[in-house]
Amino acid sequence: MAKIIAGVGSSHVPAIGAALDNGKTEEPYWKRVFSGFEKSKEWMANAKPDIAIVVYNDHASSFSVDIIPTFALGCAAEFPPADEGWGPRPVPVVKGHPELAAHIAQSVILDEFDLTVVNKMEVDHGLTVPMNLLFGQPKDAWPCPVIPLAVNVVMYPPPTGHRCYMLGKAIRKAVESYPEDLKVVIFGTGGLSHQISGPRAGLINSKWDKAFLDNLSKDPKKLTRIPHIEYMREAGAEGIEMVMWLIMRGALDDKVEEVYRFYTVPASNTAVGHIILENRRKLASGTRKPAAAASRHPAAGNTRHKARQAALRKPGHRIAG
Amino acid sequence: MTRMHHDYDDIPGTFVFDAERSRQGYGINMFCMSLTKEENRKAFKADEAEYLKKFQLTDEQRDAILKRDYNRMLELGGNIYFTAKLGATDGYSFERMAALMTGSTPKEYAEMMLAGGRSVEGNRSKSGRDKAARVKSKAKSKSRTKRK
Repeated sequence: MAKIIAGVGSSHVPAIGAALDNGKTEEPYWKRVFSGFEKSKEWMANAKPDIAIVVYNDHASSFSVDIIPTFALGCAAEFPPADEGWGPRPVPVVKGHPELAAHIAQSVILDEFDLTVVNKMEVDHGLTVPMNLLFGQPKDAWPCPVIPLAVNVVMYPPPTGHRCYMLGKAIRKAVESYPEDLKVVIFGTGGLSHQISGPRAGLINSKWDKAFLDNLSKDPKKLTRIPHIEYMREAGAEGIEMVMWLIMRGALDDKVEEVYRFYTVPASNTAVGHIILENRRKLASGTRKPAAAASRHPAAGNTRHKARQAALRKPGHRIAG
Repeated sequence: MTRMHHDYDDIPGTFVFDAERSRQGYGINMFCMSLTKEENRKAFKADEAEYLKKFQLTDEQRDAILKRDYNRMLELGGNIYFTAKLGATDGYSFERMAALMTGSTPKEYAEMMLAGGRSVEGNRSKSGRDKAARVKSKAKSKSRTKRK
């Protein structure tokens, strides 16, 4: 059975991609941002997912204003990086997982989520920047196949937070009904607070962001009740893309372990937020928690595992405001 | 036809790209989208006015594009992720464009961001409803505690 083991939330600021592509990662401004993802890359290297489902939004790359799908699932075998106006990013072609993607599409549509199946799609910074932040900069190939889920957050109204959360649950159900043993990590990307359009551009609300991350971890249902107007007023017009994190959260257990968090302002126009949430129930349901945790880290044992989690949590926990 | 009134029109300094603006700005956004191809970027740079004839634009929209009046483009139905491609064609980053839209120099804008960005205080509402939204929505959670 395939299983979602963890969720990753990450901003997908295009300037982060530009800093990587132009070799600026050692500049103090960018080092501050990238330093927050060092532990995350370690975590990901240990987690070794077989597949990543990446919830992101297309920024006028594959979808113009001709067709604006609310939820579009990438079912293709591969997704080339898009030319966003500066030329395509020099990152490997993203390989898909058409079998699981098709299975998810069928399952969630029958669960009444009318998503769009996409068999040809290019992917932009919305997807590739978080991939870099968690998987580094591989030259030839990404370490695992990716199923992209593009969400409309460009044209108002995006799907509600509640709808996103429920879709996450349907995705989880789909993954868990897939017969092959696969470890899946799901990404929610975008945000946190930012506005890049109009005279109010530059808006940042760290207090809001912190509350969002706290609730994401501990009480996500609270977040599902936030109306769009509140996102836009408090977290900036483009901050509304935070609804995508709720798809990731919906796909996890109700209770999760927050193993890492990072926050810094700014990257270009945006507050960078990042969180890693692990499902506590590591084995099939019915197995008790401590046994499950120990069995997933047989060499380390539970105590060392806990110490490692505590160590991971500490250095990155920088919340301003 | 005049624009319908929406709750989000109360947010200052913000043009929300909704379904109505998506229709109104179709020409602006499809023009911008065309700039994701190198040959189109070259053709546009070679003769901007001539290139714009290929798209359905009102005089106001065409004028805003030629003058690089990004706020006006947004008001007339442009979307920032699309207009950013025009910015990219001019060699502008998102940050540089944001500075332009806020009427600051790139240096002033970058300093504001480094100092933590534009505060939400005083920037929530045109009509004076400028108190923090209750992120924790106490009233609601109270009424729901029974279910827990």
